Amino acid sequence: MRPDELEVRDLTKHFAAGNNLFGHRGRVHAVDEVSFVLRPGTITALVGESGSGKSTVARLLAHLYEPTAGSVIFDGRDVASDRRRRDVLRYRSQVQMIFQDPFGSLNPVKTIRHHLARPLRIHGIVPPNRTDERIHELLTTVGLVPPEKIAAKFPHELSGGQRQRVAIARALAVEPAMLIADEPTSMLDVSIRIGILNLMLELKEKRRLGFLYVTHDLASARYVADTVLVMYAGQIVEQGPVDQVLQHPLHPYTRLLLSAVPDSATGLHAARMELRKNISSAAIDPGEGCRFVARCPLAIGVCSRITPALVEAAPAQSARCHVTAPFPAIREEADVEPAR
Amino acid sequence: MLAEVPATRDAGVPSGDTLIELRKLVVEYGVGDRLVRAVDGIDLSIRSNEILGLAGESGCGKSTVANAVMQILRPPARIAGGSVLFRGEDLATKSKEELRKFRWRNVSMVFQSAMNALNPVMRVGDQFVDMMRAHEHVSKSTALARAGELLDLVGIDKRRIRAYPHELSGGMRQRVIIAMALALQPELVILDEPTTALDVVVQREILQQVRDLQRDFGFAVLFITHDLSLLLEFAHRTAIMYAGEIVEEAPSELLHANPLHPYTIGLLKSFPPLTGPIERMTGIPGSPPDLADPPAGCRFHPRCPHCSAADAALYLRQTTERPLLREIEPGHRVACHLVESPA
Repeated sequence: MRPDELEVRDLTKHFAAGNNLFGHRGRVHAVDEVSFVLRPGTITALVGESGSGKSTVARLLAHLYEPTAGSVIFDGRDVASDRRRRDVLRYRSQVQMIFQDPFGSLNPVKTIRHHLARPLRIHGIVPPNRTDERIHELLTTVGLVPPEKIAAKFPHELSGGQRQRVAIARALAVEPAMLIADEPTSMLDVSIRIGILNLMLELKEKRRLGFLYVTHDLASARYVADTVLVMYAGQIVEQGPVDQVLQHPLHPYTRLLLSAVPDSATGLHAARMELRKNISSAAIDPGEGCRFVARCPLAIGVCSRITPALVEAAPAQSARCHVTAPFPAIREEADVEPAR
Repeated sequence: MLAEVPATRDAGVPSGDTLIELRKLVVEYGVGDRLVRAVDGIDLSIRSNEILGLAGESGCGKSTVANAVMQILRPPARIAGGSVLFRGEDLATKSKEELRKFRWRNVSMVFQSAMNALNPVMRVGDQFVDMMRAHEHVSKSTALARAGELLDLVGIDKRRIRAYPHELSGGMRQRVIIAMALALQPELVILDEPTTALDVVVQREILQQVRDLQRDFGFAVLFITHDLSLLLEFAHRTAIMYAGEIVEEAPSELLHANPLHPYTIGLLKSFPPLTGPIERMTGIPGSPPDLADPPAGCRFHPRCPHCSAADAALYLRQTTERPLLREIEPGHRVACHLVESPA
């Protein structure tokens, strides 16, 4: 692995769930043995519905949660277990996070200048006499001009899109190699989302930044990303080059997600979806078997007994499905069991 | 552009009598000496039996329109001009008690964060009972039975009337609220960003259900969102709002096939495609104006790609003259200086 790559290996995070009737505390497997690599100059999209664990992955990478198990390897070290402030700071100066809510992530009583000067000072990026110069560069980079005027403003004087740009400028202040963007456009108006996505593309192309782009919007993932990871109930259920996965999805969950989106290129109408009733989260105390089985139109007998592994079923494309990406050893069994 | 206006209007759109009519409606918010016209003289009608979509960016006034229809504007907001008619009757002439009955019975509303509007310490069924008995003389058992049927309609097991809100997911709570909004069989249901807080799959499930129910029961829906792609799919007609005004309105299919206002075109071009080639998109540069001080002339002109000083005469009109909303082809109205009037 190259030193500027970030490798996530078997990352796992469990939370305690509420009590059930018998006082047993269930465990939510928010993230279960997730592995992937982020590379500089590439955008990796992490998609899934709410509760799939995608935001937990982002927070684990930003060192906001401690993993239950697994490692995050960056610059040759496992940073997941870093405790010393110096180590955490060093990691954070390389891996920065952008949050969903540009309204909640800026201090309403401080100017934009304050927000950008702080990381420059904490991480000792530039000498104090060059702070303003650097702030203006950062604001210009994210398309906020004229920078002198913007720097003097308070967050409430900016629109949602402008605030999100400030959040990105703040993340860039420490000159990171990777940005973790957790639904950075979902709270913005449709008309300005593209601007933020274009900014990500520009940073990727001109500065070779690497991104983990967490989203539930497949079309935007296709627009910016090179690789896509699809998460369901804490597990990666499909991964591969974004175009390939969206054109030839293997996992039934990826297909379900795709069917939920009307395609602006072809027409207005997405396929009609089957409605489900009272499905509880598959991430709470999951036993053996596929976590998608209760919603799956393709399920066969083996699906509720054996957890499918992530199998490479097409070049560079893997899926966790007994039916569409069968593991060679159980392929035979899958063939003889009729669909229920 | 079509040269003549045929007699039949709005092909493909359910024809119904006019349920709600907004006439030159003006809503102002006054704080101190600052006066913001959130809605500035709009004409819009909602027919019975149709889904009317209203799209626009945050702050364009679309929720204010909903609140005006529902008659729940509170100071500092006030209707400063025009009127809201319900079946031809001006709602301004109604008494408080008449309006109380009008809400929920004639028009009900589902808010964006409605799922948080449920009382957390009361069982779902009891909340239905409370609401129904505030409007009708029904026994508790009848109301509970009806609550069960309504939950069933929106895809929730009727035994869940015994659940507390926290035992339901966000999507289920939003469905409970939609079921409540339907409880008194209103003629119009207003959905104000009903699914924005939910993820795509749940969002579709709910909207599909609303459309099925609308088809079966024949009520009208005013569906408000900033996501135009949803409206084009679910609404029969769609109106686009910008800075307090309606800039374009058409049957949804026509709006998709032949958008005329540069703002509508910009909105439509803001969605990346799921198939086909990927081209770098631009969205709509700039941001919506401050409604306390809107631009003169066409309010979209500072962001309009077709507004430049190159054509001096046109530029003068764009920057000084407010474009009127005019019918360009049957059922298709646009407010733009670039769009020629039908001969």
